[in-house]
Amino acid sequence: MGKIQLITKGFVKENPTFSLLLGMCPTLATTTSAINGMSMGLATVFVLVLSNMAISATAPYIPDKVRIPAYIVIIAAFVTILQLVMQAFTPDIYETLGLFIPLIVVNCIVLGRAEAFANKNSVVDSACDGIGIGIGFTFALTLLGLVREILGSGSAFGYKFITGDGILVFVLAPGAFMALAYLIVLFKKVTAKKGE
Amino acid sequence: MEYILIIISAIFVNNILLSQFMGICPFLGVSNKLSTAVGMSGAVCFVITLATLVTYLFQYYVLVPLHIEFMQTIAFILIIAALVQMVEIVLKKVSPTLYQALGIFLPLITTNCAVLGVALMVVTNEFSYGGEPHMLNLVESIVFAFATSLGFGLAMILFAGLREQIALNKVPKPFQGIPIALVTASILAMAFMGFSGLV
Repeated sequence: MGKIQLITKGFVKENPTFSLLLGMCPTLATTTSAINGMSMGLATVFVLVLSNMAISATAPYIPDKVRIPAYIVIIAAFVTILQLVMQAFTPDIYETLGLFIPLIVVNCIVLGRAEAFANKNSVVDSACDGIGIGIGFTFALTLLGLVREILGSGSAFGYKFITGDGILVFVLAPGAFMALAYLIVLFKKVTAKKGE
Repeated sequence: MEYILIIISAIFVNNILLSQFMGICPFLGVSNKLSTAVGMSGAVCFVITLATLVTYLFQYYVLVPLHIEFMQTIAFILIIAALVQMVEIVLKKVSPTLYQALGIFLPLITTNCAVLGVALMVVTNEFSYGGEPHMLNLVESIVFAFATSLGFGLAMILFAGLREQIALNKVPKPFQGIPIALVTASILAMAFMGFSGLV
C-alpha cells in the first residue's frame, strides 16, 4: 500500500468512528460544538502519530508477553506530554475537554492501531497510518460537532446565524447519541451506493 | 445526608454512561444479552471501587508528597492494569464460581475509560453537594465510586433489556446493529434527563 493510500484510507474505508465504531467515548462527549470536536480530534492525532512511531521503532525489542502494558506506558507518556503542552498553550481548550484529554490513554483507536499496524510496519508507514486514521477521526468528530452545533445552538464554528436558541437537546447527552446514529446510517447509505 | 446526595447524584443525575459518556465501548459492545450485561456490570463495579481506593491512596501518599502529580495518568493506568491482573489471579484461587462469571470481562476492563475516568475525577474535580465545593475525602470517594458503578450497572442492564426486545422486531436495514442501539440509548438518556435538577 502506498503512502497516499495509507493516509486516505482513514477517511471512508477504515473511518474509525463511522465504520469501525472505535473511540466512542470522546466522540460522544466532546462534540458539543464543531470547534470542540476538532480540538479533540487533533489532540488524538498528536498522540496517535507519535505513539505509532515510537511503538513501531521499539516493537522489535519488546517481548511479546508484555507488549500491551508496554504500549500503554508509551501512549500514556505521550498523553502526559500533550496534557502539559495544552495546559501551557491552549488552557481554554484544555479546560473544555477536561478529563477526556487524559482519557486518550484508554481510547481504543490508539491501542488498536499500535496492535494492528504499528508493531509490524516501518516508522514512516506507521506515521502515515497515524495521520490517516487520525484525520478520519478528526473529520468525524468535526462533522458530528457541526451537526450538533447547528441544530442545538444555531451556530457553526462559533458563528451564530439564527437569533434565539436552537433545539437544546442536541447539545445535551441524548442529542449526541441521536446525531451519531443518523450520521452512521447516512455513512452506511453513501458507502453502500459507492460499492455498487 | 451528604452520602445520600452523592449516591443519588452519581447513579441518576450524573449517570456515568448516559450523561458523562464514559465506558461507552462495553455499553454498546456487550449489551446484546442481559446475562452478559449483568456480568460486565458486576466486574466493573468491583474494579472501579477497588481502583479508586488504590489510586486515591497513591495520589495523596505518593504523588503529592513527591511533587510528581504530572505522572498521574501514567501511574493510574499502570495501577489499574496491575489491579485487574491481580483481581483475576485472586478470584481464580479464592472464588472459582465468581471467576467463571466475571472472568472474560476482567481483561476488557483495563481499557474501560470509566475506571480511569472515576479515578481521575475524584482526585482532580471539586464536588459540591448542597454545601461548599470541596475535594472528596477517602470515604466519600469510595461511596462516589461505588455509586457511579451502580449507575453504570443500572444503565447497562436497562439498555440490555431494551436491546433484547428490539432484536425481536423488524429494523430497517441501515439501522440494524449499532445505529438502532444508539437511538435507543438516546431515548434512555432523555429519560435520565428527567432526574436533572434533583440534586
